[in-house]
Amino acid sequence: MTTMAPDTGAQDTAGYEAAFDAAVAADERIEPRDWMPDAYRATLVRQIAQHAHSEIIGMQPEANWITRAPSLRRKAILIAKVQDEAGHGLYLYSAAETLGTGRDELLDKLHSGRQKYSSIFNYPTLTWADVGAIGWLVDGAAITNQVPLCRCSYGPYARAMVRICKEESFHQRQGYELLLALSRGTEAQHAMAQDAVDRWWWPSLMMFGPPDAESSHSAQSMAWKIKRHSNDELRQRFVDICVPQAASLGLTLPDPALRWNEERGQHDFGPIDWTEFQEVLRGNGPCNDQRINQRRRAHEEGAWVREAAAAYAAKHGKATA
Amino acid sequence: MTAVETPLAAAALALGDDALVLSHRLGEWAGHAPVLEEEVALANIALDLLGQARTLLSLVGDEDELAYLREERAFRNAQLVEQPNGDFARTIARQLYFSTYQHLLYEQLATAGGPVAPLAGKAVKEVAYHRDHAEHWTLRLGDGTQDSHARMQRGLDALWRYTGELFEPVAGLPVDWSTLREAWLSAVTGVVERATLTLPSGPQTGAWTAGAGRQGIHTEPFGRMLAEMQHLHRSHPGASW
Repeated sequence: MTTMAPDTGAQDTAGYEAAFDAAVAADERIEPRDWMPDAYRATLVRQIAQHAHSEIIGMQPEANWITRAPSLRRKAILIAKVQDEAGHGLYLYSAAETLGTGRDELLDKLHSGRQKYSSIFNYPTLTWADVGAIGWLVDGAAITNQVPLCRCSYGPYARAMVRICKEESFHQRQGYELLLALSRGTEAQHAMAQDAVDRWWWPSLMMFGPPDAESSHSAQSMAWKIKRHSNDELRQRFVDICVPQAASLGLTLPDPALRWNEERGQHDFGPIDWTEFQEVLRGNGPCNDQRINQRRRAHEEGAWVREAAAAYAAKHGKATA
Repeated sequence: MTAVETPLAAAALALGDDALVLSHRLGEWAGHAPVLEEEVALANIALDLLGQARTLLSLVGDEDELAYLREERAFRNAQLVEQPNGDFARTIARQLYFSTYQHLLYEQLATAGGPVAPLAGKAVKEVAYHRDHAEHWTLRLGDGTQDSHARMQRGLDALWRYTGELFEPVAGLPVDWSTLREAWLSAVTGVVERATLTLPSGPQTGAWTAGAGRQGIHTEPFGRMLAEMQHLHRSHPGASW
């Protein structure tokens, strides 16, 4: 699509809107210089920014274990993963910037709590096995959510997701493999793996967002083809993927209601504690304060470094820096 | 842990421990860097160094036994690399001193042949990038604002006394140490002067640091670093991960 943004009267907008709707209907990609409805732009900024913030805050629970990783191989894998997450954050901030916002502004909104990040990163990593559970379950849920975004109607976001999903799948397999090693290890290691899965299972299911009936942005996002599947559809898909994987890991999922439903051809599973979800979203999860404070502190303590780089660039020109 | 002290083992332990310990310190920055680009860069350097450490330690024995089951007194890294991160300027000063040294050292080792040559030949490209990164930040901080200039100077001053040890000959390494020291001094001087900073004039070593790390005598923060690094591995004797 190559329709330029209108710079004249409002009477032209209807034509642009029709062209936009037609492009979305034809599964064409909307590009940064194309006209788009203000609400489409605002929704994308909100979603991409929240996604970028999640990558950046999501470094913390895993970085928590870099200095304690129990083997050099695992330590290398973990450093590479946390590095990838910073890179994903950078891609996503760039994608958001194509919509006319800036990274500094977005970070400001993160630091002041005006924009959110994924609620999952407000849970603590208490043992080494949590690193594996995050890889398997949290990255697994993220991939289930994100693969359809590779076909999202907004081009820069869709292209960022292609690259991110490739790397995330790799991390997910590494997380699974980490848990498998623990599950097949000593009794203490097996117990550590089971405990981590017990603690991360339900929060991972919450990553798909509220039930369809209560999801405020869903219908519009689906109409715009930003979203391709409903929260509950993706959550169900994720459960169906995880059940056999848990079995091959030799671990159980902490849900007594979980069973195969022959009729539906899907798994039934127990109710999610949406009160807990709302509490975490409201800032009352186990690590909300800690996560945002660490991010703010890194930013504030780094201010003099950014000022130095800017002063140097002003003196010498950016090319030499 | 009874690593046989052949010249090769001594050399691989010295170089491997340098890389292992500095990698660990850089890993502590994850989630705390001043800009996202530095999250990527510092993790990238940590990962390169960890890769080098693994290759080198594997020349001596089992990499995990060596990393996780040796006591402080058995580590052979120079004291410079174990110094706490401090602020970003101090980390960069440590990077400047060390990566300039490591780059010159690996260049010599890559051409000198011997068992360390293949590793040095591969690593020299990584280390050239680390050196560039440290040089560029030394310039930005030194010639940035008044505050960054002062911090960078403090970083260089504070770590200066740990630099002499880098040129204490290590058995088993075919290196001309005095040439190495001259080349290092000239390279570091050049960067420091371009950054409008002053190279510290005090002694590069003292009675308490001369070759000490290489002999297993470390500074106080190092034991605490190892306690954190080794705790989980030591809590599960014999386990695989």
